[in-house]
Amino acid sequence: MSGVRESLMKFVFLIAACVSILSTILICFFMFVNGVPAIAEIGIFKFLFGMTWKPSNGYYGIFPMIIGSIYVTAGAIVVGVPVGVLCAVFMARFCPKKLYSVMKPAIGLLAGIPSIVYGFFGLVVIVPVIQEIFGTNGKGVLTASLLLGIMILPTIISVSEDAIRSVPESYYEGALALGDTHEQAVFRAVVPAAKSGILAGVILGVGRAIGETMAVIIVAGNQTIIPASVLSGVRTMTSNIVMEMGYASGLHRQALIGTGVVLFVFILIINLLFSVIKKER
Amino acid sequence: MEAAGNLPEENFTPQDMSLKIEAINKVTLKDRANSYKNRPFSFFLLALVSLAALITIFVFLLLIGYIFVKGIPNIKPELFAWEYTTENVSMMPSIINTFLMTFATLILAVPVGVFSAVYLVEYAKKGSKLVSVVRITTETLAGIPSIVYGLFGFLMFASSFKWGYTFIGGVLTLAIMVLPTIMRTTEEALKAVPDSFREGSFGLGAGKLRTVFRIVLPSAIPGIFSGIVLSTGRIVGETAALIFTAGTKAAVPNDIFSSTRTLAVHMYSLLTEGLYMEQAYATAVIILIMVIVINAVSSKLAKTIVKNR
Repeated sequence: MSGVRESLMKFVFLIAACVSILSTILICFFMFVNGVPAIAEIGIFKFLFGMTWKPSNGYYGIFPMIIGSIYVTAGAIVVGVPVGVLCAVFMARFCPKKLYSVMKPAIGLLAGIPSIVYGFFGLVVIVPVIQEIFGTNGKGVLTASLLLGIMILPTIISVSEDAIRSVPESYYEGALALGDTHEQAVFRAVVPAAKSGILAGVILGVGRAIGETMAVIIVAGNQTIIPASVLSGVRTMTSNIVMEMGYASGLHRQALIGTGVVLFVFILIINLLFSVIKKER
Repeated sequence: MEAAGNLPEENFTPQDMSLKIEAINKVTLKDRANSYKNRPFSFFLLALVSLAALITIFVFLLLIGYIFVKGIPNIKPELFAWEYTTENVSMMPSIINTFLMTFATLILAVPVGVFSAVYLVEYAKKGSKLVSVVRITTETLAGIPSIVYGLFGFLMFASSFKWGYTFIGGVLTLAIMVLPTIMRTTEEALKAVPDSFREGSFGLGAGKLRTVFRIVLPSAIPGIFSGIVLSTGRIVGETAALIFTAGTKAAVPNDIFSSTRTLAVHMYSLLTEGLYMEQAYATAVIILIMVIVINAVSSKLAKTIVKNR
């Protein structure tokens, strides 16, 4: 009797373990089955490199959106990575204990704030500031980059901090013994030793930035052209989906799912990079 | 004894010794300033990291402060009316639904996540193919952005199953989304249970199943809870995965096939309609308070986990 129960429960545990495999297969299946035919119908070249997105006239080129996603992600890296990595160095090696006990939960909270709240913050704080300084309508690549840069800060800080802390103390002590100051020892011995961990944090940040939707949609302006300057409006792949999915039908809807497929492929590549780096460590 | 007299150090008690060492190592502010004068680059580096920390703190204070200062005066009683109308723009139905949805999602995701972690840690053979496939797929699921989950949920539940926008469609989508979190935290918690617990249980004659449920899982409870709290945070803040699965209807769902909105989706709707900035501020405050509470619980749990080890 108990033997039956044992093997039954083992089977139940096994089934549970297979749920994540099944989910991944289902997600891939539904995305590709619905998206790929549309891409084929439009023509893969026309779809990926077409410059015009006018569903009402049958133009389904998502190149501006791909460029848009790359622009705002790159912008987020430029804004978020230097501040994030330096802040991680501060937290791991310079921070007084008392300050640390305040900063650590603060960064945890930043990580937990939902993207819609970040988007709202961008709309009521960053957009007016950009308006004031540059005299534009305030929504565009720069605004989205600043906001995304802030949003990826907690990811980069916590992953980099862990990486810096896991460097053996002997590296730091050795550098001190050779006559380095505290700062030199940290930047010339400890941080270089942590660089693969820091890189992993940056890649996680890239994944978060490129997949971010709700915050970007609010502050990016959403024009479907390749932005002429950092102040022009931009539409990312993610916002393209959310903006038009509600009313789209037929080929238009499928083209939006196709946009999702392209985004999905981007994300899979980023994930692959991340696991390669994690394995190397 | 004579030799001792010649070496006065030996007469120091350990406490004196530490006093003396402290005195040697003591660096006054003035010494520090002087040493930085000789090494301007070090000072530059110090300034750089301090600046980065200041920027982070500034952003944090600005974000929290701005929303609270501007939002709290906008919190009015009519925002908590039971029924939503375009006049009161009540967030009460959305708040109730946020709780319902979180609860339903966890009911589905927690058993599956915990059981699969049990399989991976307690049953699977080391280096088995299945385990590595589960690892890869879980990591993939963890990296997929919410909007792709939203699209998937829309395609599968709303479209293929012809459900339309439903509470249950949103719940199923969210359950898949938080599964990796619950699996990972449970796995870590199970791995932290010492093998001596299992051996002791086996030694007393308990079977594998009894050992898992009576010995291993109870010791792993704080870790499992921290996974639940993390998932709650993600569910409360989710928007992109819900708009096209559960929809945006501002009412408490009648049954699991009604469309409904959570608080985060409510906020998105307010912003896209563009007419309700004051109410959006108030909603942001309520969401922030929820997130702060969730974070506080989670760090408290993290502390108990560390203490238990």
